Amino acid sequence: MTRPVFSQAAERPQRSSVLALRRKMIDKLATGMSWLAMLIVVFVLGSILWTLLKNGLPGLTLSLFTRSMGAPGTGGGLANAIVGSLLQTGLSILLGAPAGLLTGIFLAEYGADSKLARTVRFVSDMLLSAPSILIGLFIYMVLVEPFGHFSGFSGAAALSLMAMPIIVRTTEDMLRLVPVSMREAGIALGAAKWRVILFICVRAARGGIMTGVLLAIARVAGETAPLLFTSLGNSEWSLDMRRPMASLPVAIYQYAGSAYQDWMQQAWTGALLVTVGVLIINIVVRVGIRGGRT
Amino acid sequence: MDGTAEQPTQAEPPQITRRWDGDALFRTLVVLTGISVLIVLGAIITVMVTGGWKAFSTFGPGFFVTAIWNPVTQHFGAVAPVFGTLASSFLGLVIAVPLAFGTAFWLTALAPPAISSVIGMAVQLLAAVPSIIFGMWGFFVLVPVMAHYVQPTARHMFGHVPVLSALVSGAPFGTGLLTAGLVLAVMVVPSITAVMRDVFVSMPTVLRESAYGLGATRWEVMRQVVLPWSRQGVVGGIVLGMGRAMGETMAVTFVIGDSNHIGWSLFAPANTIASLIALEFPESPAGSLKLSSLMALGAILMAISFVTLWVSRILLARGEARAGKRS
Repeated sequence: MTRPVFSQAAERPQRSSVLALRRKMIDKLATGMSWLAMLIVVFVLGSILWTLLKNGLPGLTLSLFTRSMGAPGTGGGLANAIVGSLLQTGLSILLGAPAGLLTGIFLAEYGADSKLARTVRFVSDMLLSAPSILIGLFIYMVLVEPFGHFSGFSGAAALSLMAMPIIVRTTEDMLRLVPVSMREAGIALGAAKWRVILFICVRAARGGIMTGVLLAIARVAGETAPLLFTSLGNSEWSLDMRRPMASLPVAIYQYAGSAYQDWMQQAWTGALLVTVGVLIINIVVRVGIRGGRT
Repeated sequence: MDGTAEQPTQAEPPQITRRWDGDALFRTLVVLTGISVLIVLGAIITVMVTGGWKAFSTFGPGFFVTAIWNPVTQHFGAVAPVFGTLASSFLGLVIAVPLAFGTAFWLTALAPPAISSVIGMAVQLLAAVPSIIFGMWGFFVLVPVMAHYVQPTARHMFGHVPVLSALVSGAPFGTGLLTAGLVLAVMVVPSITAVMRDVFVSMPTVLRESAYGLGATRWEVMRQVVLPWSRQGVVGGIVLGMGRAMGETMAVTFVIGDSNHIGWSLFAPANTIASLIALEFPESPAGSLKLSSLMALGAILMAISFVTLWVSRILLARGEARAGKRS
């Protein structure tokens, strides 16, 4: 590797030496490769969306939302899976959001840089990137095996473990952005610390915290692996969280691996629904953040 | 901090006790919730290790060095899925890192700001797509392409070259290690790109501008100023992506081919730890040796992914500390 001598080329712009030409060529090459890389990534994204739309849209019928899953050829829908997904995601956020919020408050307001807080922060990050199938395996061992049956509750519990670390992270980050002067103003008015945190800091940061909750919803709504061993899936209409419960991702997984035309069609339409839902939440959040900042 | 707010008003006892109680209660609540996070992780580790204990004690250290996975003879070893996990993630990274680097370079140095933010957002949206979608896309789009075009072409070209022929041997099913690597690459490109873009942008502008001022081309600025400066952050981002790739379940399960086999061929079906757990768990009755072996594999996967996360955190933190010092 020869280091290019910048000054030489700059001093003699007229007579393009071999070195200058080489440097220009290398720059062109790198630029070209960079364009290529970007185009490949965009092409793949386009390919995924195109495949989803092309295969998913034809199956978008009313009966998909009104009928429960059924045997191939009987004209079943995905109603129970959609409702199951909503229920389990909803419950997981009800469980995970308060825990994540409180942990985030602990990290931002009480723990700061103490040893305990640093450990909690690190462990929370570990949970954030823990393989989701292990979360499912864990919940199976604690909530399914001892009770002897799969259940919607255990599915929601597994999802809540995935939602919580996201909310912890955003809550802490957002609380740290709240100006100290606001806290001081609250304390100067004689408010107790917990009131200052809950009614001033959290309220000031509520937009950011909501963002975290939305991102958590978007993440867990599409998760399959943690549900395989916990809520298992259920082809019948069921709102009982104590029994096995259907969910869209698991239904997609079951149907996509099948050999039946109508099941495959529903798998694609289900995949389209999940993706569109998740992407809409993400776009709303990102556009909202940008709008809020500027 | 607490004391300063409370002390001046100690003249009015009844009100104060109540107020102090609220604070103590809230403090205890948040500390306990924080500690519960630690307990959850501790419980996951405990459950994995105790669940896998039967396998560890039956096979002893041999569990870690045996490549057999045979439910009929009840003989299980960890080597084949561990190999599949590492090999598919490695292939995924080999493909993803140049793509992510090129995209990050484009986003930070080449693109007009307006387009850059749009493409940057599109790349971020790719990260939000559920993993099962990548699996379906891989299975229905990528696998046929691999089976009909890539694999026959590769065998035609390299099938008679002494060393390379081993890499391309096997029937052209379309599934296998390379396909899994490609799908994993697509999945981790967004996160690696995001980290790279952030560390590139975090470099003080004056460094970049002085290099341009000396007449350096854009590539020279990237190669000799930005990259050396942000090396640790870049590596941290790559390791983070590797952690994601190794733990990925659904996308891989669709395309890996389900075979507990170790070989040189890029096209041979294999298994990762996560895909093996997803595929074999339904056939593992509670309390069986097989379930215990799967839990033991889970413990190994957890150890691997925690080590990678730890390494990436150290590297990223060093990169950040450096950014703080210089700017």
